[in-house]
Amino acid sequence: MSEFFAMGGYAGYVWSAYTVFFVVLALDAAAPWWQRRRVLRELRGRMRRQAARKSA
Amino acid sequence: MNPLVLWFHKFGSPPYFYRFAGKLLPWLYAVALISGAIGLYGGLAMAPADYQQGESFRMIYVHVPCAWMGLFAYLFMAANGFIALVWRIKLSETLAMASAPVGAAFTFITLVTGSLWGKPMWGTWWTWDARLTSELVLLFLYLGVIGLYHAIEDTRQAARAAAFLALVGVVNLPIVHYSVTWWNTLHQAQTVSLLGQSKISADMLWPLLTLAAATHVYFFASVLARSRTALLTLESGKDWVRALAVPEAESARV
Repeated sequence: MSEFFAMGGYAGYVWSAYTVFFVVLALDAAAPWWQRRRVLRELRGRMRRQAARKSA
Repeated sequence: MNPLVLWFHKFGSPPYFYRFAGKLLPWLYAVALISGAIGLYGGLAMAPADYQQGESFRMIYVHVPCAWMGLFAYLFMAANGFIALVWRIKLSETLAMASAPVGAAFTFITLVTGSLWGKPMWGTWWTWDARLTSELVLLFLYLGVIGLYHAIEDTRQAARAAAFLALVGVVNLPIVHYSVTWWNTLHQAQTVSLLGQSKISADMLWPLLTLAAATHVYFFASVLARSRTALLTLESGKDWVRALAVPEAESARV
């Protein structure tokens, strides 16, 4: 197993490459969901303000 | 009307697309994750070490699929940009702009992993080789498209301007692809060929192709997720989005 992680002496390069791959794609995957939550939250706020103005 | 044409028109309507993409997304993520895991296991654990590069060649399994995706995403963005400019289809503008950040992410990974691979094999992190330089230009083109899109206030006008820039940038795609043939610099020539014989052993090739499939599926998942969010912003005044924003309705509809 430790031989597998050593990658024939190239561990630093190989595992860094895989880390970059996973971190960048994880951020890319999360971005639209964060943004979606923010958009809906802002829209809810706008709708609340509009409703408050109408009732006032 | 022909059912296919009818479906195409329906698909272009934002609320229909939003629901359809929402149903498709979990499946795309699942397929991408499973095929990605199989490909990674094949590439990291099952494929034999390279006779020249030893274990370091395993970086190919992240570097090459991402490089292919960088080009594929650009082609997809430019094709949708073209449709947006000619037929003014709102969904095409959205799809084109949604693919830019995903393509940029893949190109960024390609450059970084290439650099990590270049250091032990070539002895340098970076060199102004034809392939490396044209790949860097590709990243800048993506950043230019994203920047232009965000610089113009009117979203639809911004999308058309950015789509035009994306179309001009298409000229870089053949340069990236053929750079290793046209110029005899440091980056190696292509090993895997779509039409001819690949110069790689089958037990090294299948994980690579599996990962290429996984990244393609992931690309579409990410573009659909981004397009859904973009449509919510674009159509925020419409009833279907307002219905979605109401908290009770949200949990019922997602």
